[in-house]
Amino acid sequence: MAAFEYAPAPESRSVVEIKPSYGLFIDGDFTSPRDGGVIKTVNPATEEILSEVAEAGEADVDRAVAAARAAFANVWGPMPGAERAKYLFRIARLIQERARELAVLETLDNGKPIKESRDVDVPLVAAHFFYYAGWADKLGHAGFGPAPRALGVAAQVIPWNFPLLMLAWKIAPALAAGNTVVLKPAETTPLTALLFAEICRQAELPAGVVNIVTGAGATGRYLVSHPDVNKVAFTGSTGVGREIARAVAGTSKKLTLELGGKAANIVFDDAPISQAVEGIVNGIFFNQGHVCCAGSRLLVQEPIADELIDALKRRMSQLRVGDPLDKNTDVGAINSAAQLARITELSAAGAEEGAERWEPDCELPSQGYWFRPTLFTGVSQSHRIAQEEIFGPVLSVLTFRTPAEAIEKANNTPYGLSAGIWTEKGSRILAVADKLRAGVVWANTFNKFDPTSPFGGYKESGYGREGGRHGLEAYLDV
Amino acid sequence: MTVSLAALADVARSEASLRAFLHGLPGVDKVGAEQRAAALGTRSIKTSAKAWAIDLSIRMVDLTTLEGADTPGKVRNLCQKALNPGHGAPRVAAICVYPSMVATAHEALRGSGVHLASVATAFPSGQAPLSVRLDDTRAAVAAGADEIDMVINRGAFLSGRYTEVFEEIVAVKEACGDAHLKVILETGELATYDNVRRASWLAMLAGGDFIKTSTGKVPVAATPPVTMIMLEAVRDFLAQTGRKVGVKPAGGIRTTKDAVKYLVLVNETAGEGWLDPDWFRFGASTLLNDLLMQRSKLATGHYAGPDYVTLD
Repeated sequence: MAAFEYAPAPESRSVVEIKPSYGLFIDGDFTSPRDGGVIKTVNPATEEILSEVAEAGEADVDRAVAAARAAFANVWGPMPGAERAKYLFRIARLIQERARELAVLETLDNGKPIKESRDVDVPLVAAHFFYYAGWADKLGHAGFGPAPRALGVAAQVIPWNFPLLMLAWKIAPALAAGNTVVLKPAETTPLTALLFAEICRQAELPAGVVNIVTGAGATGRYLVSHPDVNKVAFTGSTGVGREIARAVAGTSKKLTLELGGKAANIVFDDAPISQAVEGIVNGIFFNQGHVCCAGSRLLVQEPIADELIDALKRRMSQLRVGDPLDKNTDVGAINSAAQLARITELSAAGAEEGAERWEPDCELPSQGYWFRPTLFTGVSQSHRIAQEEIFGPVLSVLTFRTPAEAIEKANNTPYGLSAGIWTEKGSRILAVADKLRAGVVWANTFNKFDPTSPFGGYKESGYGREGGRHGLEAYLDV
Repeated sequence: MTVSLAALADVARSEASLRAFLHGLPGVDKVGAEQRAAALGTRSIKTSAKAWAIDLSIRMVDLTTLEGADTPGKVRNLCQKALNPGHGAPRVAAICVYPSMVATAHEALRGSGVHLASVATAFPSGQAPLSVRLDDTRAAVAAGADEIDMVINRGAFLSGRYTEVFEEIVAVKEACGDAHLKVILETGELATYDNVRRASWLAMLAGGDFIKTSTGKVPVAATPPVTMIMLEAVRDFLAQTGRKVGVKPAGGIRTTKDAVKYLVLVNETAGEGWLDPDWFRFGASTLLNDLLMQRSKLATGHYAGPDYVTLD
């Protein structure tokens, strides 16, 4: 037993009321689905069933798109930007006021540590609404001509890793630009989107501007292929992204895709080692590694490889894995049994192909979906764990000798979402960043997000940018 | 990789080799270091963990008075407080006074097991000839101090005269005899985290038993990131040389909340091997009373207020 045993410090779940079942949020009201069944959503940390949500069928998607179309034509489209901004500011303030409720619900439904939902997800969600609220009456100054116009109805499909944050990334710019939306949250994490629907009502957002249809793959398919949709935005796997691109091809729909990644985190021998270790840990174990821009490949320069790996193992041994609601938890639960199976399968392949597996000796809860933070050393480019996106707390360590080799290995992937560079030498940061084919390059830090900064990928990581001024372009007729 | 201490100390054979070694230490990224220290500050330490941390913090206090107005009477009162903090609380680690007060404190603490620390070497500036600083040290030891808190020559350090700093520490260590040597880096004057790391290694190489942040006499005293970098240094020094060095943040630590944050830093940076008064101390004067008040609040559920702890 440790000398300094931190007593349990659980955040209270009584701040949030979870209803036994939820309908679809269409045209400003929660309604029962016309067709389709129900989906149970579970707490991945305990496997407890939290609630039942509707699975929207084709008729429900039709209703939602029709409501969005009517709101666009009659209310939201004609409304002056300054008026739209008021609603967005109001939503942003309500998110701040109800931050604790949102954080606890996100942690319950997703499995991420409360420390992250409280300190990262929810504050960023509010920041996105504040930021885009500011653009709503200044679109003529965004660099897209004097009077850029909204597209119309946006169909938005988001993943389970940052349920509320991805909602904000999609809804805030769409509404600021004057579009109305139909959003489908992931089937394993629908609850915060439904609480957001309640916030829209509280903000007295006109009916039909935001519609939330819950469901699984089929619901998403109806939505993105609906003929009366003008814009499709998707964040998720590259496989589904391809399917959507095919469905949208040949139509006039505008499409943005934010897909997978296999980011290289490059550590040069003159790096600030302690901070690099923190950045590597944050890069791959933040949100259990369920991050499309996770630094899942560590490229370390040979002279410091042993020292860095030792430091990394020591640091990983300190990660506190367990109850996501405990304020001292660093690594929470894997979001679903299916994802756990995928991580387990890929990790087994890593060991079979000859990489050396290491994991800290931490206890895991007996219920729920858990995976120990895992480190693979001796990984080469040809290993599956160096090529495929694992989307879990698994780090593959590769080494390099020269900057040129680091760049070559970093770029040697079908993905190109993010990368990290660690060195005390400023000129090297600029030179290497220039050659990395990745949408985001962090220098001496990792996984930092800000609403003012555009985010998006190269190659199979997708196209289009979200965030910042660039993020408006996807929702304007330019 | 373990190298012998003697081999490592050999880096001090010339100005060039010492500079090469100190400047070859990995740099510290300021933003990242401050974020890490702040993140550790958000740990939630409650109930049984808090009670444990409060008692350990009390046992780690170097109860300090370093004022021009110090008198034997004041020092005797402080020693009584060290011996009897009240309400069944454990004793503090040490009393820390100026050399002129050592004899008085020695008399009061004799046989109690509470250590007696004295600042020396022309504290706090250190701006006196080396011979004077060494005499200051010897006088404090002769009067009964078993721990000496010296200041490094920041002027020499900042102008890159590392061997001068090194040799002065070696000389003071020798003047200490059996007394433990705490080396005050005065991190507020070193200004950068890179300097803090270099000064920490310099002090450890020269034989310091403890590295201490501050005198408490300049505007910026102990901070969590500075302490974290020093804790990394002692951890890495132990791994490389097999010799363990202690850490003492001093100045500006006034509340139980602060003290507990520092213990979290110790626990998650250097490790639990440093969660011991032999290896970690708080240099503080007002911290003790806040620890005592929080201790009784935790035990009774009521906050009694400052009238129920003694002011000495």
